[in-house]
Amino acid sequence: MNKILLIIRREYMTRVKKKSFIVMTFLVPFLFMAMYAVIFYVILNKEEFAEVEKIAVIDDSGSFRSLKSSTSIQYNYPAGTVEEARAHFKKSDNNYLLIIPSDKRNILLLSQKKPGISTVASIERQLSRINRTEKLLAAGIDTAIVNSKSNDLSITARQLTEEGEKDAGAWVAFGVAMLFSIMIYMSLLIYGVQVMRGVIEEKTNRIIEVVISSVKPFQLMLGKIIGVGMVGLTQFLLWIALSAISVTAAGLILLKDTDVSKIKTEQIKNTAGVQAAPAAGSTVGTDFLESLNTIPWTYTISVFIFYFLFGFLLYSSIFAAVGSAVDSETDTQQFMLPIIMPLIFTSIISINVVISNPGSPLAFWLSIIPFTSPIAMMVRIPFDVPAWQLALSMSLMIGGFLVITWIAARIYRVGILMYGKKATYKELVKWFFYKE
Amino acid sequence: MTETINMLSIRHIVKQYAQHRALDDVSIEISQGSIFGLLGPNGAGKTSLIRIINQITAPDKGEIILKGEKLGPSHISKIGYLPEERGLYKKMEIGEQMLYLAQLKGLSRADAATRIKYWFQKMEIESWWKKKVEDLSKGMQQKIQFIATVVHEPELIILDEPFTGFDPVNADLIRDEILELNRKGATIIFSTHRMETVEELCDSIALIHKSHKILDGKVDAIRNSYRNNTYEIEYLGEKCGFDDSAPFVTTNETATNEGYMITLKLTEGKSANEVLSYLVPKVRVNMLREVIPTMHEIFIEKVSQIS
Repeated sequence: MNKILLIIRREYMTRVKKKSFIVMTFLVPFLFMAMYAVIFYVILNKEEFAEVEKIAVIDDSGSFRSLKSSTSIQYNYPAGTVEEARAHFKKSDNNYLLIIPSDKRNILLLSQKKPGISTVASIERQLSRINRTEKLLAAGIDTAIVNSKSNDLSITARQLTEEGEKDAGAWVAFGVAMLFSIMIYMSLLIYGVQVMRGVIEEKTNRIIEVVISSVKPFQLMLGKIIGVGMVGLTQFLLWIALSAISVTAAGLILLKDTDVSKIKTEQIKNTAGVQAAPAAGSTVGTDFLESLNTIPWTYTISVFIFYFLFGFLLYSSIFAAVGSAVDSETDTQQFMLPIIMPLIFTSIISINVVISNPGSPLAFWLSIIPFTSPIAMMVRIPFDVPAWQLALSMSLMIGGFLVITWIAARIYRVGILMYGKKATYKELVKWFFYKE
Repeated sequence: MTETINMLSIRHIVKQYAQHRALDDVSIEISQGSIFGLLGPNGAGKTSLIRIINQITAPDKGEIILKGEKLGPSHISKIGYLPEERGLYKKMEIGEQMLYLAQLKGLSRADAATRIKYWFQKMEIESWWKKKVEDLSKGMQQKIQFIATVVHEPELIILDEPFTGFDPVNADLIRDEILELNRKGATIIFSTHRMETVEELCDSIALIHKSHKILDGKVDAIRNSYRNNTYEIEYLGEKCGFDDSAPFVTTNETATNEGYMITLKLTEGKSANEVLSYLVPKVRVNMLREVIPTMHEIFIEKVSQIS
């Protein structure tokens, strides 16, 4: 036991002290933050980034004299006939030429270069709206009523639970599910491969013989897996902590001048019982925060840690067995595919199918089978999984881990001493049946 | 067999790999405090046997007794093993690495640190503590690995080709360290192809060939038992022919500075004295000595007999 601790300590310390670990740990959260900041900035200021499209309009119908220019689209109405405008278009600084015949059919948009989809869509929308309003007016209907904002309806998704109704927060749950399953998927691959590299390193360095004259191969394998797993866990915890810190910091800086006061005044209004239409901007933020609060974090994170640990233990023991069977990393390819396939398969299915229908039979089976359950179950967790399914999945996960580790260890103990032998699947089966 | 308890008794060991029997009923006794040579051509089964002694693998049949006890996990700290294929963690600091390996052998961290420092001083390599293995030359790495093998003061030290990779100066240094450890009571097992090493250092040997032990015993006794009445004689003066009445057959003759050197084999029932009394009237005999086969010759003879 003491020796396993020594091995865990070495595996952990040598990795944590590496420059690449420190750089990754501190850089990744800030890269994410920076990425979000850029995305946020672009979304908020998207007009500034868009090129202004100049559109010359020749309107023979006379209905579209009042097209509204925006920051990205500017309309102008040159005088003259269609032919003149066409002839002049090439030389003008207009990007588009919109030709509307008097019967409003066969409206033509000429462009200098390939037309942008959003530009075309935007013009189409405006034309259609004006057209519709015109027809409604012609039919004697008050367009003020038709266009009133109060016509728009929205759905509030509320889930009926034991404690009463609560906000279903489907979109936030969706995001959390994605995030956690992607984290599991990435970590299984990244840290699993680290275990494999460690095994190959010991084998090619030939230090393996010195080490296993002191400890049992199984102790070494387990120590390595646990040590690398703890490195992964450390990295996650640091990432979560650093992200939390930077989000809070960013929030404080962004909210300082504007939103805080808005939210406060709103709260005061609400407590005073005044029914005021909330300002559009701040509701998005508070809705999001409220939805975040509806997610049972302790439960979700505990399940995440469970599936991370056991998924990692299961996959990395396979990775360890693969590492023991080869002499260099280039030889691993034939064994890698069958390991990675279920991971890729599950994550694609999870993101496309399971997440949109978390109660389906496919989602159920994927979240029960040990090889796929770490990813599939994490997708389902925010959408309330029945307790018995979670219990079944977890028991199978533990059972699967024990069986797979046992098989992997039997291959590992033989493989690490086989130098210069190209292992085949047949060979691995033979190794499995070797006596101690 | 001696009455005293041997350091290591290897009894009827059988090791079977899928299609290949690596060891077939091998029994060897190694007495305490001896320097033992484990010989054999490549692929004979030496490594398999060493791995079994180190408990890296287990035998299919047979047992190993270490100082009267059946070999078990408690003996790991009593054995030091230097594998033929040397290797250390390339990116790990040497000091840390030595501490790790010593602790795996059961030393406490403090004990390990003291002993490693002692060895580093003795080898004059204290400045290497913070270096990484990849920054050292191959010979330097070998030194480090030798220290890692003996740092826990094992009673049984198994060295697989210990001198390969060393320059003559360092090879001598390591040889002296090995002899000193042996004087302090450690039993040494050499696995080697170098017969000079065997003759110089080993008390006893066992020769393994094609999974069987084909020869074992004390080096002197083995060599003596392979005497085949061959003598070397040097005489001075003119070349001399020998007639049929000579009590020997000449197998080789070479000219020396002042005379001739002949290798001869006695004919049945004759002795060295009769050779002398035959030669003395004819030539001036300068030297006569019996040729005792070298381990090298015995090795080749035994191995070629069987293959």
